[in-house]
Amino acid sequence: MNRHMQYLASQAAAGKLSRRDFLGKAAALGFTAVSANLLLSSAAKAAGPQKGGTIRLGLQGGSTTDSLDPALVTNTVGLMVTRLWGETLVELADDGGIEGKLAESYEASADAKTWTFKLRSGVTYSNGQNVTADDVVKTMERHSGEDTKSGALGIMRGIKDVRADGDSVVFELDSPNADLPYLLADYHLIIQPNGGNDDPAAAIGTGPYIMKSSDMGVRFVAEKNPNYWGDLGNADTVEIIVINDDTARVAALQSGQVDVIDRVPPRTAKLVDRAPNITVHSTSAAGHYVFIMHCDTAPFDNNDLRMALKYGINRQEMVDKILNGYGTVGNDTPINASYPMYTELEQREFDPDKAMFHLKKSGHDGAILLRTSDNSFPGAPDASALFQQSLNSAGIKLDVKREPNDGYWSEVWNAKPFCTSYWGGRPTQDQMFTTAYLSTADWNDTRFKNDQFDQMLVAARGELDVAKRTQMYADMSTILRDEGGLICPMFNDFVEATTDKVDGFVEGIPGQVLMNGYAASKLWVKA
Amino acid sequence: MSPIVKLLAQRIALSLLLLLLISIVIFAGTIVLPGDVAQSILGQSATPEALANLRAELGVNDPPVERYFAWLFGAMQGDLGTALTSGQDIAQALSSRFWNTLFLAFWAAVVAVPLAIFLGLLAVRFKDRWPDKMISAVTLASISIPEFLIGYVLMYFIAVQLRWFPSVAMINDSMSLFEKLNAIALPIAVLTLVVLAHMMRMTRAAILNVMQSAYIETAELKGLNAFQVIYRHAFPNAIAPIVNVVMLNLAYLVVGVVVIEVVFVYPGMGQYLVDHVSKRDVPVVQACGLIFAAVYIGLNMIADIVAILSNPRLRHPK
Repeated sequence: MNRHMQYLASQAAAGKLSRRDFLGKAAALGFTAVSANLLLSSAAKAAGPQKGGTIRLGLQGGSTTDSLDPALVTNTVGLMVTRLWGETLVELADDGGIEGKLAESYEASADAKTWTFKLRSGVTYSNGQNVTADDVVKTMERHSGEDTKSGALGIMRGIKDVRADGDSVVFELDSPNADLPYLLADYHLIIQPNGGNDDPAAAIGTGPYIMKSSDMGVRFVAEKNPNYWGDLGNADTVEIIVINDDTARVAALQSGQVDVIDRVPPRTAKLVDRAPNITVHSTSAAGHYVFIMHCDTAPFDNNDLRMALKYGINRQEMVDKILNGYGTVGNDTPINASYPMYTELEQREFDPDKAMFHLKKSGHDGAILLRTSDNSFPGAPDASALFQQSLNSAGIKLDVKREPNDGYWSEVWNAKPFCTSYWGGRPTQDQMFTTAYLSTADWNDTRFKNDQFDQMLVAARGELDVAKRTQMYADMSTILRDEGGLICPMFNDFVEATTDKVDGFVEGIPGQVLMNGYAASKLWVKA
Repeated sequence: MSPIVKLLAQRIALSLLLLLLISIVIFAGTIVLPGDVAQSILGQSATPEALANLRAELGVNDPPVERYFAWLFGAMQGDLGTALTSGQDIAQALSSRFWNTLFLAFWAAVVAVPLAIFLGLLAVRFKDRWPDKMISAVTLASISIPEFLIGYVLMYFIAVQLRWFPSVAMINDSMSLFEKLNAIALPIAVLTLVVLAHMMRMTRAAILNVMQSAYIETAELKGLNAFQVIYRHAFPNAIAPIVNVVMLNLAYLVVGVVVIEVVFVYPGMGQYLVDHVSKRDVPVVQACGLIFAAVYIGLNMIADIVAILSNPRLRHPK
């Protein structure tokens, strides 16, 4: 009987039997709907990717003010579109390592200061030109030039020189950096003909798809690149529709107008998942919702006051009520299990007595002002109210001031001493710390200045011994947790959903959205 | 010059003057907006270098009066400038958006206006009886519910449950007229529900007002039936207030549908405007403001003109 079921499942997966018929036959054989569905999905996965058809994605975050220039991409829609037509030198692999894209292989000198990337041969752009080492050099120059607006400028700073050497590209760094391949996997660094200097928004690249129509903030259509060198790209056509309204996006999925959506609102995710033809996927991520204090501004320049606030927050309650369970508790460091070389630290718990103890020790008296807004993270005003209550039970008075969404990132964040904010993750500890916790970082939004931390960061960057590096990052996280200005109550999951028309969704790399941005080319339409 | 031509010329000149004044208000208003365009474009991912580079490139520091006149003369010649954020020509980018907005407004009007007038006439015919009460109740209920909520409700029942029409009203050039109409069926339905009550009730009130007159009684005594009385005698005399409210609602259909465009993902001007406001793309905001103002003033001017032409007392002023 079991063998008969498996035969039926393979028939259904191959499309020779409708899903409804299959479930009916399964029920007749005494299988429950749940186990029959499980069998069906494993049979479909076993059948492997199928070619052809159209995949339609309804995504949040696009705007009519966007550009196709990869240097200017700032949102998920831009990431997904860029992934269709372009490729980077290297890419994050599913196991957290690095795999070659346009670079076939790479090697570092012993001091991690000189890196050589060997290009894959015979790869052409969608306009027929060959990819050359010179294009790579020009691309890197465009993203690091004096007048660049590239979002990758920050990570290009440590690169002293890039030069072509036959079919290889050599990077010379100012100081050792064992993470260079992770930096070059940044999605802005798409290799373009002549580095994109001629027409950066032409969308000519080496990706698995070719853009057919691009209406910024509205709709994008791409067709399979017949000359693509790799095995990405299952559907013939990919259509990306920008749907910024949460309810409209979910309705589009439910009514079958799109097959994949991102950012399912956590509040309704469980309801959406109940529909028989929809699956909600939750990917643990490195993005975190935070309360940030300026360590150099009174009263937050007193570490006891900072500790009082850190002990006065109920992290589990935040995950339950703000994220509706779609997330994990934070530990006042920006690093979680999504990162390679992660070490678990002792979890800080909500403890009103300790909060009260540290408050007394700090000698601070009176209310503390917290600024918040809706767009600092979804549910930030609610989270602030929860924080207010939990602090209240520790005898600390918190005033919450609601700021307008408009101008929050320029007037409040990184300007006022205590506010709510959001951080997206970075692929490595080094990038996260360098971006926001190094004394000299532009986005040091907690004004955290610690010489020991800075020295360890530079030392870890040049350390090729993984065990030693892991220990260094654990020590740095401990310093941040016990002395920093970051209160990190929660890491939010990426919550995404697919209909049963498509298959092949895997969680992919922790901390990355929509299968690291490859959902459009890695999913397939079921026959 | 005949008095009627003079009267019309006056109306048009007044409208143009009004538009000029509004252009000053729009320009001044967008200049005093707080916030920094470069910061808004780059968002949280802005670095100081990138910010400085972008500010210099955008040239946001010229004197405002100079910029106003340059902008005004440009706009008169159809040159609305280029968008700060994308560098695209605004007139070109806006035109397809504007046609989309007009397309939706046109079809919503095609459904809503005749329906509203017909329901208004029906309500008069069955005054104070159950059809009148039911029409009033339903239209008042639909105007009282926020439009996005009507949108979500229709989306849930008609798009998700029944699957009659799509929930995403995405139209593009490669679609046939029928496909486009199918795509915008739900937004049309919502817009119709929103504007119906206003027009319906004005029609009903205006005609009832006329129905009190002596000549209506005469017409009835001549033996005309109720619909003929309304259609032949009452309606022509009630046309001015009805046209007024119809034009007001048409203007709303063009300039007030931002929420509907967002809910149904319709690529019209509203969404375009909102995106650029949040990015501080001032030239686009000014251009959209000017176009919306022109549409509003233009439609109200048409209502005035129709009122003048349809009313002998206004046509021949003393």
